[in-house]
Amino acid sequence: MSEPATVFEAEDLARYFDVSRPALQRLLSREPRRILRAVDGISFSIPKGTTLSLVGESGCGKSTVARMAVGLYPPTRGRALFEGVDLDRARAAADQRRRMQMIFQDPYASLNPRWRVRDIVAEPIRAFGLVQGGAARRERVAQLLTQVGLSPLDGTKYPHEFSGGQRQRISIARALSSNPDFLVCDEPTSALDVSVQAQILNLMKGLQRDLGLTYLFISHNLAVVRQISDRIGVMYLGRIVELAPAETVFVSPRHPYTRALMDAIPDLEMIGRRRIPVGGEVPSPINPPSGCHFHPRCPLANDRCRREDPVLKPARGTPQTMVACHAVEEGRDTGPTAVPPLERVGSSPATSA
Amino acid sequence: MTAAPLLEVRNLRVEFPTRRGTLVALHDVSFSIAPGEILGVVGESGAGKSMTGAAIIRLLEPPGRIAGGQILLEGRRIDNLSQDEMRRIRGRRIGAIFQDPLTTLNPLYTVGRQLTETMQTHLDLSNSEARKRAIDWLEMVGIPAAAQRIDSYPHEFSGGMRQRVVIALALCAEPRLVVADEPTTALDVSIQAQVIALLKRLAREKNTSMMLVTHDMGVIAETADRVAVMYAGRVVEIGPVREVVKHPHHPYSIGLMNSIPPLDHRVERLAQIDGAMPRLNAVPPGCPYNPRCPKVFDRCIVERPDLLDAGSTSAACWLYDRAEAPHV
Ligand SMILES: Nc1ncnc2c1ncn2[C@@H]1O[C@H](COP(=O)(O)OP(=O)(O)OP(=O)(O)O)[C@@H](O)[C@H]1O
Ligand SMILES: Nc1ncnc2c1ncn2[C@@H]1O[C@H](COP(=O)(O)OP(=O)(O)O)[C@@H](O)[C@H]1O
Ligand code: SF4
Ligand code: SF4
Ligand SMILES: [Mg+2]
Ligand SMILES: [Mg+2]
Repeated sequence: MSEPATVFEAEDLARYFDVSRPALQRLLSREPRRILRAVDGISFSIPKGTTLSLVGESGCGKSTVARMAVGLYPPTRGRALFEGVDLDRARAAADQRRRMQMIFQDPYASLNPRWRVRDIVAEPIRAFGLVQGGAARRERVAQLLTQVGLSPLDGTKYPHEFSGGQRQRISIARALSSNPDFLVCDEPTSALDVSVQAQILNLMKGLQRDLGLTYLFISHNLAVVRQISDRIGVMYLGRIVELAPAETVFVSPRHPYTRALMDAIPDLEMIGRRRIPVGGEVPSPINPPSGCHFHPRCPLANDRCRREDPVLKPARGTPQTMVACHAVEEGRDTGPTAVPPLERVGSSPATSA
Repeated sequence: MTAAPLLEVRNLRVEFPTRRGTLVALHDVSFSIAPGEILGVVGESGAGKSMTGAAIIRLLEPPGRIAGGQILLEGRRIDNLSQDEMRRIRGRRIGAIFQDPLTTLNPLYTVGRQLTETMQTHLDLSNSEARKRAIDWLEMVGIPAAAQRIDSYPHEFSGGMRQRVVIALALCAEPRLVVADEPTTALDVSIQAQVIALLKRLAREKNTSMMLVTHDMGVIAETADRVAVMYAGRVVEIGPVREVVKHPHHPYSIGLMNSIPPLDHRVERLAQIDGAMPRLNAVPPGCPYNPRCPKVFDRCIVERPDLLDAGSTSAACWLYDRAEAPHV
């Protein structure tokens, strides 16, 4: 096979949460159980050395996927496969855990404030017994700190002595210390300023190139996602509604939700202009709408959409895009009734002026 | 600007006395906002954006204090008013919107009660008039079925709806100025677009002036009329939004604008500003940006520039000192 090997694969992954009130109260008020379907059957795979990003509104299930991908949550249904091995079965295997690491949104909360930076970075090295001897370990920590753009001298300081961007560098150094192949990054730059965000994104891209890392990247910032992704999965209420090569999603988005999301992005080309908001609120994952979950907000919804759940399949016209939409399947997504115009997306500033 | 400014901030200085000496959080901050104008304030976290807003509405966290300068609202000084007098001005003439709607809303009261109480504190309204206006405000900020939702508690609303209620609360006493500190940062892009559209519409319809603090340049681009860029407690550039965003003059503004990831194409490597903003107790002498500035020259190390005329904007940078600058 000439295709690069698949590092990670999600097979019909689902995770439900029971958010019922306590049993007695429920019985007294004759309430049924309340099951929240945070993630409801999603599938994708990530080839070695590439980045797949998940985007979507708050609460759509991105972080829940991330947690299942590193084995922090067991799935309710489906499988998370790391190099073909089911994570659920292999959860005990230390080597698997060593090779996948997670970076979180909040660089403040994810570092132990009472530990020195060198101990934070060395912790996975110790836990997995990767380097023998104190001198060798110190050298490895110094090398990691240098790799993420800090100074080896920073090792003796505590997390509170660093800025947000520097703390995110420390979490990246810690994640790298176990020599992982696969990094799951949940909103790694969302808490950072644009200027610091650029530093971290450049660092992550450089590390991917140098170390051949594979990323599952989560963000709600589409401009960031465009810079880092090879492929993009757009999530809505626990499902992937569109999955395509990154540039395709930006140049020719197909799902009505993806198109609405693109139109809602604030943009420097928008000086004095008005964005088109996605109407309505994100519905609840406890009682999701029937049929296509997006139908209450979709300008193309019809009776079939309210009844029947669309499945993810190659889109008519752009088969490299997988999309879950009846209108796309039926060819109803273009023409006079179609969603608002899309010229702005994917066009250069010169042509959109 | 022809109209007399609604808000004028002159040489504002804010200090934090600490055991190890006094930290100066804001130095010589000056700007004005015209009636109906939206001034965007941008800059890295810690630059002093929130501090400026807090000084205007006099909600500086102790021991922070205004140590110099003046703040004028409709030509009258408000920086020297007592806390009591200031309390009357907040709400009635200056409204505030903060990042987290939950800190502004009282979880124990219905949204209707919070709105009517705010209005009745500041405006002379009967109970039924106040309730009717509260429903109007909820409708105006886009809460569906407002007449039914008015007796709901904040937790019964989604995050985006709560933030819209906060906006209604800030605006319902019809203030002349709204200070909005990161009002959309906690929201999703889709909800963010709704909130921004709303703020713009209200500014236009009610001729309300606004100071909009955010680090989201996209939000600034579509909302603000003018923009102030802050760095290390100072305004380093100020001018019309199009100029500051598209043709910034100060090297920091240039770096900041370049580091925004483009939405319309992919780049191999994003432009970045190396290093970090100095802490308040370690601001270098001369121009505070000099350790990171690609254009630094001798004078920058010893002498600090004030805002200078840079053509379409004003920039605190020696490059724009007509008399002396080497050519840019
Ligand atoms: N431990 C839990 N118990 C109950 N519900 C949960 C739990 N974790 C997540 N949820 C719910 O599952 C849904 C998906 O949550 P998730 O954190 O994956 O969203 P997200 O897409 O990462 O959102 P955000 O962009 O806000 O981070 C939400 O409705 C959330 O409230
Ligand atoms: N209570 C305080 N004591 C001392 N310094 C403070 C306090 N609050 C804020 N600061 C400092 O004042 C500066 C400006 O802060 P702030 O206005 O919150 O920044 P911004 O809103 O631009 O992110 C920062 O350096 C911050 O650390
Ligand atoms: S399936 Fe129907 S409701 Fe769902 S996105 Fe497509 S057209 Fe809209
Ligand atoms: S004054 Fe000098 S150091 Fe400061 S921004 Fe201008 S060129 Fe750079
Ligand atoms: Mg999340
Ligand atoms: Mg702030």
